[in-house]
Amino acid sequence: MLPEISLNVLDIAQNSIKAGATLVEIVVEKKTEEQIMNLMINDDGCGMDEEQLERVIDPFFTSRSTRKIGLGVPFLKQAAEASGGTFRISSEVNVGTRVFASFHTDHIDCMPLGDINSTIFSLVTTNEELNFVYTYRVDQKEFTLDTREIREILGDVSFQNGEVSSFLREYLSENQLEVEQQ
Amino acid sequence: MKSLEELKAIREKMQGQVGFRSENEDGTRVVVGMATCGIASGARPVLNELVKQVNDRKLTDVAVTQTGCIGLCQYEPIVEVYKPGEEKVTYVKMTADKAVEVLEKHVLGGTVVEDYTLNKIKL
Repeated sequence: MLPEISLNVLDIAQNSIKAGATLVEIVVEKKTEEQIMNLMINDDGCGMDEEQLERVIDPFFTSRSTRKIGLGVPFLKQAAEASGGTFRISSEVNVGTRVFASFHTDHIDCMPLGDINSTIFSLVTTNEELNFVYTYRVDQKEFTLDTREIREILGDVSFQNGEVSSFLREYLSENQLEVEQQ
Repeated sequence: MKSLEELKAIREKMQGQVGFRSENEDGTRVVVGMATCGIASGARPVLNELVKQVNDRKLTDVAVTQTGCIGLCQYEPIVEVYKPGEEKVTYVKMTADKAVEVLEKHVLGGTVVEDYTLNKIKL
């Protein structure tokens, strides 16, 4: 098991990267009244056929030839179900894969979300050839980080450029705080 | 709400500067293993610390990237250093602090930190 849900996000997103995705969409959605947190990770990668999809939740399955999946999916499924939540994965060859996990945040076995901003920051700054759309939502309030918009502003400036990466960190943390203030 | 306007200002200030992208062929690549095994053993802080240090020190010829599982899960977090014209060096069981040491001594100083290498562990 990974100790933070945000580490599962990082891990699942690696599968999307390995699947040759050009766009990875990550949504973290908190519903305070219901004490629920939903997590969605969608990509437009190579996808999986039905047989692969069935086996992907098996911890002893890995598509070693492509190194696409290992313990990552079973870990997330286990984490969600341990909190009384649900897990779903769907996929279509050459279309992409959609992962959904729901957590009951008031359950004693629910892991904390953890440092989601570090996860997003590391994905964005070290996979510049990919696009990410990250949305963080608490009830009615949300913010989005869309690397396509950022790329358009930056041109050929790297996300790893000092000022840019400081901006990205602040953008994530300040907007998260703001969204959390109800 | 923080907006992207600020980023536009940053970009404008940079007009005229060249050589932003650090992915040039002669640069050093520092690669962090980010598969389940790496992440579970603490690769995320290692990766982010490296990105931060490279920024803070304005190292335009060093690129920090990530890779999947290289099959040495028990030695994660693993950091590989590719310097142009030199053999790849594999560092194992890294922490953020050790990674900074490697950056200073090996990437910048040119001396491999033997104690943290895979060769050392296997002997």
